[in-house]
Amino acid sequence: MNSNTPSSSTGGPGSADSTGPRRNTKRPKYSRFSQQELPACKPILTPKWVISTFLLVGIVFIPIGIVSLLASRDVVEIVDRYETHCIPSEYQNDKLGYIQGPQDKTCYRTLTVRKHMKQPIHVYYQLDSFYQNHRRYVKSRSDQQLRSAKNEGDTDPCKPEATVDGRPIVPCGLIAWSLFNDTYSLTRNNQQLNINKTNISWKSDRDRKFGKNVFPKNFQNGTLVGGGTLDPSLPLNKQEDLMVWMRTAALPTFRKLYGRIEVDLQVGDTINVTISNNYNTYSFNGKKKLVLSTTSWLGGKNEFVGIAYLTVGGLSVGLAILFALIYLIKPRRLGDPSYLSWNQNPGGH
Amino acid sequence: MRTGRKKKINFSKIYSFKRGKGPSKDDHSQIGGPGFSRVVFCNESDGLESSSRNYVTNYVRTTKYTAASFLPKSLFEQFRRVANFYFLVTGILSFTSLAPYSAVSAIIPLIIVIGATMVKEGIEDWRRKQQDIEMNNRKVKVHKSDGVFHHTEWKNLKVGDIVKVEKDEFFPADLLLLSSSYEDAICYVETMNLDGETNLKLKQALEVTSYLNEDEDIKNFRALIKCEDPNANLYSFVGSMEFQEQQYPLSPQQLLLRDSKLRNTDHVYGAVIFTGHDTKVIQNSTDPPSKRSKIEKKMDKIIYFLFGVLFLIAFIGSVYFGVVTKNDLKGGHYRWYLQPERANIFFDPDRAPAAAIYHFLTALLLYSYLIPISLYVSIEIVKVLQSIFINQDVNMYFEEADKPAHARTSNLNEELGQVDTILSDKTGTLTCNSMEFIKCSIAGTAYGYGVTEVEKAMAKKKGSPLKVNGKGLVDDPFGNMKKSTVKGFNFDDDRIMNGHWITEPYSNIIQKFFRLLAICHTAIPDIDEHRGNVTYEAESPDEAAFVVAAREIGFEFFKRTQTSVSVNELDLVSGKRVERSYKLLNIIEFNSTRKRMSVIVRDEEGKLLLLCKGADSVMFERLGTNGREFEEETIKHVNEYADAGLRTLILAYRELNEEEFEEFDKKFSEAKNSVSADRDALIDEVTEEIEKDLILLGATAVEDKLQLGVPECIDKLAQAGIKIWVLTGDKLETAINIGYACSLLRQGMKKIAITLENPEIVALEKVGDKNAIAKASKQSVLKQITEGKSQVAASRSEAFALIIDGKSLAYALDDNAKKSFLELAMVCASVICCRSSPKQKALVTRLVKEGTNRTTLAIGDGANDVGMLQEADIGIGISGVEGMQAVMSSDIAIAQFRYLERLLLVHGHWCYRRISSMICYFFYKNVTFGITIFLYEAYTSFSGQPAYNDWFLSLYNVFFTSLPVIAMGVFDQDVSARFCLKFPLLYQEGVQNLLFTWRRIIGWMLNGVCSGVIIFFFCKEALSLPAFKKNGKIAEYQIFGATMYTCVVWVVNCQMALAISYFTLIQHITIWGGIALWYLFLLAYGAIPPSISTTAYKVFVESLAPTPSFYVVTLFVVISALIPYYSYNAIQMRFFPMFHGMIQWIRHEGHSEDPEYCDMVRQRSIRPTTVGFTARSLARTNPLEDRNQKQR
Repeated sequence: MNSNTPSSSTGGPGSADSTGPRRNTKRPKYSRFSQQELPACKPILTPKWVISTFLLVGIVFIPIGIVSLLASRDVVEIVDRYETHCIPSEYQNDKLGYIQGPQDKTCYRTLTVRKHMKQPIHVYYQLDSFYQNHRRYVKSRSDQQLRSAKNEGDTDPCKPEATVDGRPIVPCGLIAWSLFNDTYSLTRNNQQLNINKTNISWKSDRDRKFGKNVFPKNFQNGTLVGGGTLDPSLPLNKQEDLMVWMRTAALPTFRKLYGRIEVDLQVGDTINVTISNNYNTYSFNGKKKLVLSTTSWLGGKNEFVGIAYLTVGGLSVGLAILFALIYLIKPRRLGDPSYLSWNQNPGGH
Repeated sequence: MRTGRKKKINFSKIYSFKRGKGPSKDDHSQIGGPGFSRVVFCNESDGLESSSRNYVTNYVRTTKYTAASFLPKSLFEQFRRVANFYFLVTGILSFTSLAPYSAVSAIIPLIIVIGATMVKEGIEDWRRKQQDIEMNNRKVKVHKSDGVFHHTEWKNLKVGDIVKVEKDEFFPADLLLLSSSYEDAICYVETMNLDGETNLKLKQALEVTSYLNEDEDIKNFRALIKCEDPNANLYSFVGSMEFQEQQYPLSPQQLLLRDSKLRNTDHVYGAVIFTGHDTKVIQNSTDPPSKRSKIEKKMDKIIYFLFGVLFLIAFIGSVYFGVVTKNDLKGGHYRWYLQPERANIFFDPDRAPAAAIYHFLTALLLYSYLIPISLYVSIEIVKVLQSIFINQDVNMYFEEADKPAHARTSNLNEELGQVDTILSDKTGTLTCNSMEFIKCSIAGTAYGYGVTEVEKAMAKKKGSPLKVNGKGLVDDPFGNMKKSTVKGFNFDDDRIMNGHWITEPYSNIIQKFFRLLAICHTAIPDIDEHRGNVTYEAESPDEAAFVVAAREIGFEFFKRTQTSVSVNELDLVSGKRVERSYKLLNIIEFNSTRKRMSVIVRDEEGKLLLLCKGADSVMFERLGTNGREFEEETIKHVNEYADAGLRTLILAYRELNEEEFEEFDKKFSEAKNSVSADRDALIDEVTEEIEKDLILLGATAVEDKLQLGVPECIDKLAQAGIKIWVLTGDKLETAINIGYACSLLRQGMKKIAITLENPEIVALEKVGDKNAIAKASKQSVLKQITEGKSQVAASRSEAFALIIDGKSLAYALDDNAKKSFLELAMVCASVICCRSSPKQKALVTRLVKEGTNRTTLAIGDGANDVGMLQEADIGIGISGVEGMQAVMSSDIAIAQFRYLERLLLVHGHWCYRRISSMICYFFYKNVTFGITIFLYEAYTSFSGQPAYNDWFLSLYNVFFTSLPVIAMGVFDQDVSARFCLKFPLLYQEGVQNLLFTWRRIIGWMLNGVCSGVIIFFFCKEALSLPAFKKNGKIAEYQIFGATMYTCVVWVVNCQMALAISYFTLIQHITIWGGIALWYLFLLAYGAIPPSISTTAYKVFVESLAPTPSFYVVTLFVVISALIPYYSYNAIQMRFFPMFHGMIQWIRHEGHSEDPEYCDMVRQRSIRPTTVGFTARSLARTNPLEDRNQKQR
């Protein structure tokens, strides 16, 4: 019966009697992976490495910094803040009354070109303290409705600017409702400067986000009138101002593209701007600016990038030198563990 | 199969006493009452009455879940974690209009995370289920009807069944022994699985049922058993059997417990009394406590801290939001474009406080990215993978038993790197539980060239040629010794072997010596008739080793009858082998107080001989004046043996004259037959008188074979600064011997022994007043502890060892004593607790765990270690031997003690480092991300608008940043395995928890804050006003978000690349892959229609990719955000390296091959150890004086 268990001479079990045909069946397979012995590079921050990385960062950053700075210097920018100047002096104490009143809002500004501006010259308006990124504001739009005519009634997210007398507003929501409606017309030497307002929106907006058969309906027909109005005969994907406006800004101070001037402006040119100052930024003390700017390969005039690159690059070189000095002056005593605080106390064991 | 009686010996007569005392009368009066209601109808398990009883089946389930309970139970488990619960709440809230993002994007990561954890739980439980199935489908013979037995599965057993269990089988349930193959219905039981004791226990059936010899007899057997209800007490059983209209009381003597094993008995018949979960062993097994590592506990605290931060910033935001909202209607602040007058409750200026409160909820949702949702699941995945690596380690695979290491639970991996104290079982853990006769000292001459593990280890350490008995070993001293093939015998000495002993000067003494070994024992010979060789069945392995040794030398014990012992031995006169029979007159058994065993025999010449073997402490004092001829040399040898870790016994004899014997015999049988309570004392008294004036023959040295590599392993662990305690059920002497063997003790170490074996207590015990004994014992223990403490305090340089026995331990673990006991134990280099019960082992473990608040690791192999394994922070089961109980309740199973070294120093260290770095990094990346969101909030007047697209948000944790962390958690190595073992002190980083201090954690968080701030402000400055592209387009919300997000992904992934120190291909793939994945995702997500992708539609293709600014900004932000950490790290690594840093330098600078240099680093960093053979070889430099002092 028990032929497979030979009677043992001692009471204790031994490890030796488990040899048999099962031998090695459970032996883990050897591979460098399973034994955690994969070839690996084990970087260690040696002085050489530290100094060379910092130098490398410096070498890369400083030229980029210089190039960016140059690019930024090439850009010519004319900024004109007009929200206060465009209020007639008698209304200076009641700006809100003025902007909400029926008065003529036309306002004239003069800009001087101090540097040659190569076309295309981008015309922006810049608003300040305007929270286009407020959650309530951002959410108050209906992408479905904007995209397709059959979703006209899809105004749920647009509250409170969703319907008027039960009829859906197209485009609905606070964003569209508060559309910026100042207009600029520019003349140089009494000659009209044409502002090209096509192609100021993103192509993806025109193609996919704003429908070509969606037309404004009941827009600004409510009791409260917000910003600009829309031409009801133009489909939304032709309303470029709206599309630009509806791509909400990330920060409360933002510029939006108004159009482009496709002629060069010469040094000394005087540009007369006729502003139709309709948009109410007065109730929240926001600023309005008109900006004319050229661009470089790096975009607009932004010295921050260049300076920051130079600073970080310089800092890196500085650190490289500093480290080199430290390594030279204070070579580490190799393998000296005396400062391992936890090793100083030989108690306990 | 033999069904007849195997041996016609009544072994019950050889055993002079120690039969279980019957239960007292009052216990039995309770039968039928509450708690004693069980009724078993033997052999009628299918009868009507038994089925009405509805006892549980014999199916044992150890799984956590059933198919039905899995979903609710595991979900509940999941959401018990605060973080998960929080995410559940945010998930639910995200369906309301409070949510700043879409509900789906919030829910999906949660589902992924919870799902992954549940799958893991499910797989683990399924494995347990497989084990259950294996166990429950074991076969046993059960009586069907008409005396026919069939094999059936264990799970089918029912209460009342009669089963037949054969030799070396486990009992399938708790059985009532009915009869056995022995005439007096005894059987031997090995209860190793229950209490870890390896000696065999004797059980005896009631006499009335012992007639059941054949299967046939069972046919008409009927009996009614009434007994106690299922309980966990292994050592008590109260019941009665009604058989043939007579009542018979039952005692534990008749109870065969499940999971114990039938030994040395051909078969037994038993009636099933308790099945399945009613059995005592299962009742005893408490649910394994779910253990959590210290790191995880601390991690919870960090999560709470982060919750605090989260609530704080949400609160700040809400207050600001409330104020701004309230101002919305005021002049100068009137944001007409928001139509505040028509706002709903969330934005209503008139109800600004309410809006603020709602906003608070929104903020909690929004900032939830501070809390790493995937932390738990990532850690779990990592731990499972780490466990796989532990299981796969070839260096922890035990060839002989075909057993690799097996991490049964994976949630303690990093705890392995923090072990402060190891509590080890002895038998089967440190030792193989096999005894080998290795040396002896006869007539003052030491014999035996054998080399013990300890000696080998020390010799290896010293690098000097090994010397044994003054002889240098010419051949390779390390292990290539001629290995004896006989089990239990490893003796090698030409002077004695092969019959050469007759030429030795004291050949007559040698003869007497081995004859004594052949006669003085209780072993039973078992002659294999085919091959003619003899094997022995002995109570303990050392007993067997003696008989085997005698046989190998030429004194072959081959026959035992009730009254005689026959030995085949060499006749010195004729030079021939003759059979001699010795008449066995008395056996005076071994017990722990007597510490010796004697037999009285009459040899063929009619001489009366008293043969005695016993511990040196009791034997030398019993020598007669004429028997001390070799005392001095023998003492010297015995000390040498003890120092080599051997178990020694002194052999002595005397001749008795007839009168002396007759007088003794009379008194002895009187004493044996007395029934009074002091029967044992009477016997002691009688035997005391005869065991005196002995003549010394010599001493034996048996090696309680240490497992391979145990001394080296202990030495390494000691060097790593881990304390080792031995908790054993063994005798004090044995424990001390093993202490020597594995270098936990050495000569020259001050031993503080706490025992209750002192005269006052013994005297009190004789009186028998329990209260007085307890009181006196307690005082004695307290006094000894105090004395010990003052002893330690008085000396500065010496190393102390604390040895305490079970009885004293019971008092030392009392509430008012345990603190000082622990204090004493902590200052001692080694602690050995002997004679400790399983419960005491667990209590000691708890004491250490709770008293020192350090990580404890318990290691053991038997069921008696289960409590300890479960109590300790980590329980390691040794899977080398048969019993699986310890393994089943352990967290990690290894095959040999020596693998502990690699498990702790390599895997433990790695896991600890990986997990702690991983957690720190997790917090870093989430803080970075959360800070950018928070800062952006500040620019949206805290309205709750997230900076990023919904899916960017939700996939951050599960997608773009998860794989590198997991790769780090699984693969990172600060120091290779070789160096981990070379510099064991590295392990202290874990013990002292240097890599997971609050400083370090907060440091990482600050690093996160710093990165987040840099990313946000630099992005904001670079992108805010001017044109982003050459065509004059502006970076609005979606471009800003996507660019900033790109920077975050780059920064956190590059930060990872800076933080790890081990770059394999996998690291490269995950880190750079994570970044690439982001771009791919952006591309793919942007390609799907805007109704889904919303703000991300074509953002990459149209806006980012063709724009140089995007790249310029990314490069700049990423590098700037990394510079602070890089500089910090460079300085720290060079000027303030931690220990692993130093080792990295050593490796890097190629000093690792320069032994002197390594030694320097090691020496300077290692604190002097007091245990282990390193310490021992140092102490050995002056050993003789030391020892002599001890002798005086």
